[in-house]
Amino acid sequence: MEWDWNFVWEIMPTLLQGLKITLLATVLGAAVATVIGLVFAILRMTAPKPIARATGFVVEFIRGTPLLVQLYFIFYVLPDIGIRLPALLAGVIGLGLHYGTYAAEVYRAGIENVPRGQWEAAKATNLTGRQTWIHVVLPQAIPPMIPALANYLIAMFKETPLLSAITVLELMNQAKSVANSSYRYIEPMTLVGVFFLIMSLISVVFLRWLEERYARVEER
Amino acid sequence: MTDWSGYIGLILQGALVTLQLTVMGSALALVMAFVAGLGRVSRFIAVRALATTYIEFFRGTSIFVQLFWVYFVLPFAGVTLSPLQAGVLALGLNVGAYGAEVVRGAVKAIGREQREACIALNLTRGQAMRHVILPQALPLMLPTFCNNAIELLKGTAVVSLISLTDMTFQAQVVRAQTGNTLIPFATILVLYFLMALAISTAMRWLERRVTRGLDGVRT
Repeated sequence: MEWDWNFVWEIMPTLLQGLKITLLATVLGAAVATVIGLVFAILRMTAPKPIARATGFVVEFIRGTPLLVQLYFIFYVLPDIGIRLPALLAGVIGLGLHYGTYAAEVYRAGIENVPRGQWEAAKATNLTGRQTWIHVVLPQAIPPMIPALANYLIAMFKETPLLSAITVLELMNQAKSVANSSYRYIEPMTLVGVFFLIMSLISVVFLRWLEERYARVEER
Repeated sequence: MTDWSGYIGLILQGALVTLQLTVMGSALALVMAFVAGLGRVSRFIAVRALATTYIEFFRGTSIFVQLFWVYFVLPFAGVTLSPLQAGVLALGLNVGAYGAEVVRGAVKAIGREQREACIALNLTRGQAMRHVILPQALPLMLPTFCNNAIELLKGTAVVSLISLTDMTFQAQVVRAQTGNTLIPFATILVLYFLMALAISTAMRWLERRVTRGLDGVRT
């Protein structure tokens, strides 16, 4: 079978529509992951011991099991107990939960990397707990986290095709339906690959820039 | 009341396929990681370019897209693979690309003085790599390889979508036949977690093994 450019232009609008959903899922998933990661990190670091332990186990469990199965779980099992979610929402929650556990580790490492002396100096200058966090700890902890978080954002973007398994009409699913109705696999599948490759190459450049910009803080 | 014993057997059959995929995929990934990782530190620019292209290509797209590409597009180029072969190939090449960066990082992390000592001792490049650099770089790679192996295990779930009867696929079969969703999915989640736990335990043992005798050499 030959590569057919006419067919490529024919299916392009459908694929671009899918790409829009893919990007939407990535952005929403990232928002959920940022918040959930913070909750996990705080629970693990400040909650009483049993709760911290339990959180640690949950985080390990989520990290040790496939995202696809977690998506199935959210999409197919939760309706049994009365929670019926639209496919995209289930996908966003799955992505957010999965990558939230990764983000939690980044937060934890970032906060623990702030030297003890900073905490002690804050105490010595009589800052309140709130002031310590806002003016001393977070400004030093957040910049080094940014490249690592952006890295997981890219990873998450690449995992969004899994949402097609729970019937979200994103890029991969559009390509599959086009391929199934026309019996041509070369163009749609290759185009999906090219789309993802282009997007991730762009984001790699962006990531390098972030690293250069924020890595300097560490050297200070 | 449903008779669960038959269905448990089905899921265990799937677990065996998942295990098989993980082992074979890891083997391929390990080979690719060393080939591409050492290729990236080669002194020939052509080899470096080839290795970089491979790594960027496979890290830039997701395992899912690659799997579909291998399974659906390669047949048009005359290469027809069984689902298992396609799965092993895609998983191995994908995780191998991540592993290659680990190999490169670890080799680069070995200090200059070690290389200079090799030159002073008149070792060839091959000898230096085999007897001096790699034995020290290996312990640095293992923790990240452990993570990569777990990522690969998690990646195997995707092959269920190209009709390979792995654990996730069998759970879907059980769901379709019994109408019960909680039990099959909860079972495979636990099984996946146990496998991941087994990998990290095995890796920790291996790590102790290869770092034996290196105490005090590195800080």
